[in-house]
Amino acid sequence: MSALQTRFNYIFGSTRGLILVAIAMIGIVTAIWGMLSGPMAEMGVREVVIKLLGMDIVQAEREGRIIILYHSIAMAVIAIETYMVTGLLKMKPFFKTAINATITVGYMVALIFGMGFAYFGHNWAFHGLYILGLSLIFFAGVMLIISLWPWNKEYYITNENNLWNWVRNIWCVWRKNEYQINDEDDYPQTKKIVDMERVAFFAAAVTTVISALFGAVPGSFFGNGFEVFLAENVIRYPEKTTMEYAVIGHLHIMLALIAIMITLIAGRWLNFNGILHKLAMPLMILGTIVLNLGVWGVVTPLEPIAHTIITEGATPSMIAALLLVIWGFDKLIREGTANIKKPNFGQKIGALLHDPLKFGPLWQMIFMNFTTSLIGIFMAIRLEKIFRVWPAHEERIELTGHWHVLSAIIATIILLYYGDMCGLKGKLRQWYGWSIIIFSDIAFGSVTIFEMKRLFITEAEQQPLVNALMYAIDFGLGMSLVILAGLMVYRLTDLFKSKGRWIEELDQEIAQEVNK
Amino acid sequence: MKRIILPLILLAILLASCAPVNLNASIPIFGTGIDPNAWAEIPAGEFHFGQQEEIETTEAYEIMVTDVTTAQYVGFLNESLPKGYVKVSSDRIVGFYPGDKFHGVKHEEEIKAGNWIYLPLIDPSQHIKFDGTTFTVQSGYENHPMTMVTWFGAWGYCKYYDYRLPTEMEWEKAGRGAGKHPFPWGDDIASNNANFYASRDPFEDMGSVGSRTSPVGFFNGQKYGNYQTIDSASPYGLYDMAGNVWQWTGNVYEGMHYRFMRGGSKDTYDMDLRLWVRNNATPTYFSPGVGFRCAK
Repeated sequence: MSALQTRFNYIFGSTRGLILVAIAMIGIVTAIWGMLSGPMAEMGVREVVIKLLGMDIVQAEREGRIIILYHSIAMAVIAIETYMVTGLLKMKPFFKTAINATITVGYMVALIFGMGFAYFGHNWAFHGLYILGLSLIFFAGVMLIISLWPWNKEYYITNENNLWNWVRNIWCVWRKNEYQINDEDDYPQTKKIVDMERVAFFAAAVTTVISALFGAVPGSFFGNGFEVFLAENVIRYPEKTTMEYAVIGHLHIMLALIAIMITLIAGRWLNFNGILHKLAMPLMILGTIVLNLGVWGVVTPLEPIAHTIITEGATPSMIAALLLVIWGFDKLIREGTANIKKPNFGQKIGALLHDPLKFGPLWQMIFMNFTTSLIGIFMAIRLEKIFRVWPAHEERIELTGHWHVLSAIIATIILLYYGDMCGLKGKLRQWYGWSIIIFSDIAFGSVTIFEMKRLFITEAEQQPLVNALMYAIDFGLGMSLVILAGLMVYRLTDLFKSKGRWIEELDQEIAQEVNK
Repeated sequence: MKRIILPLILLAILLASCAPVNLNASIPIFGTGIDPNAWAEIPAGEFHFGQQEEIETTEAYEIMVTDVTTAQYVGFLNESLPKGYVKVSSDRIVGFYPGDKFHGVKHEEEIKAGNWIYLPLIDPSQHIKFDGTTFTVQSGYENHPMTMVTWFGAWGYCKYYDYRLPTEMEWEKAGRGAGKHPFPWGDDIASNNANFYASRDPFEDMGSVGSRTSPVGFFNGQKYGNYQTIDSASPYGLYDMAGNVWQWTGNVYEGMHYRFMRGGSKDTYDMDLRLWVRNNATPTYFSPGVGFRCAK
């Protein structure tokens, strides 16, 4: 009994255990529901899965089903990010326990009963429980905001670092000197010595909770009349209702905020510091706030200029992420070549690529810019000349591919961090890390070519290319899922060992590993 | 050796994707027995419109039982060219359109009065050939829906015969009847109900040309060789109201130049064959997956 209890405590009481469960839940949902579309559906696997699991698929309800599916997966991702935040940042133990417990119950109830309602007949009690789950996640978000309050003196940075040090550091970089900074005392601060990184986390949490309302309110409005719709299907209509704008704003900002939060987590996990950190945090705070104001503006008379505000907000956020990548690459190279007096280019590259679990998340952020952000900007610039010449359903492929890739890249960053957190070593670490990076990037790159294919091939001649891309996408995603399954089996096996890795992880918080 | 296996596999996939597509590959020829000149009468009254099943009303009208075929369109071109109704302009057929009222709404493009493209002549997907005086149909495509035709080309055809394009409401009512079903024939779709992406019909070759159009009225319950179809007529007896080709509709909406299409096509998954699904494009757009039918 004690053995069971200890394991239960690990799974639901430790940060790594909670992350493990959430990843496993997402993995199961992705593996099963991934077989309902694409080449797997064409090959007839879809029908087998539907019959085998007794799913009740009603054609008229596809949009509603998909909305619940997106939300079920997203809630588990948000739970993982929340566990990482509560594990990485200082906060009162009560809050940490309360937040983790609430969000765990919330996402599990939302996922299990939401999917039950959407795919296995309409039991309305399940729908009620799905809403309850979402509400609990919202409540956990409110608690997270309270716990992160950066103006609580307990969380002030107590050193004397100030504006003068900022100027000094900038001067040092300008003079191409070494960063004259110690790891312990270099977090950017205002005169009130508030931890700017904590402010960035706080801003992301506050805006996430507010932005959730932009989905909740129209969700109730449309849901009560079963008037569900997918945003990509109304994108070209010149007249949209306020509620439709709210839904479109909601889906864009929530994904952007999940990306911002994972960037902040990445920074904390790598112990992002120094002058670039000082520059990045205010940019991230500014970007988060302006981006949200722009998105919220779509339901106000500011709608005509909302997109401009959004672009203005996205720019500092992306610059902040770029600063993290520059700093992270530089750190990996410096650490990897510490024993070499004058490392050459090859040695520097070798050092950069030495550890896929450290390099991978930063690389995926760069890759994200090629597969999503750049295309988004390209689309915006050439909207009338190229994309709006295509039929709406071609534009829909571009839009849905764009944000599926963005979501999946965030998922791979989480998987890479999880691999790092659970202490993979040696060849296993190399295989796991590089497999996730290479297979997922094959899939994402193929999706990008698929989205943009009309730029270089006609409809009549596209089939061989489409076939190759579809198989490459499914191969890349499938292999990533196989790697994930392998990790899950490894962790499951470990749980059966009396002195497994899980014992070490039971009491060790992830924040303790940050400086390693 | 092991290290090069993955790159080799990827290279093989890449090379396979570069294989040229023979757009003139032969196509199975079947007569369906459905008359493309037939019209269905749709009574005045209420029906369920859209996914949310709002109650809407139309006047009585008639609508073609099938899409306009390539042979019918060639007949129109041969008849109207000498009269100057359509003109050959370099590599395309053009015709006059009186223009739309421009509202200056964001993203709206002005459609002025003038000659607009009906169809391209020099395009590998075009099944209509022109020898300088006469239009002919590529063999095997006579009873297939007319494709590679712009909205102007569809509008011009209907106008020439004193018909018109159906409105979106008329189109949907003709496909749905008085019921609430998502498909013209009912609630679910099987692969031999309609021509859609990867539906394994006799015209499809997913290894090279992909999905191709089927003759109008093909899914009428007949057996063609070893291929058994299900009779998939709408409650009013219309064929191809789901799949085969998207169909242009006639509405010109205020503040937008896009024209709407209905029905899904050979290139879309089954979900886009639901009767309420809308697609839209600029009126100059043409594609191997877009056709039309007329109403009066």
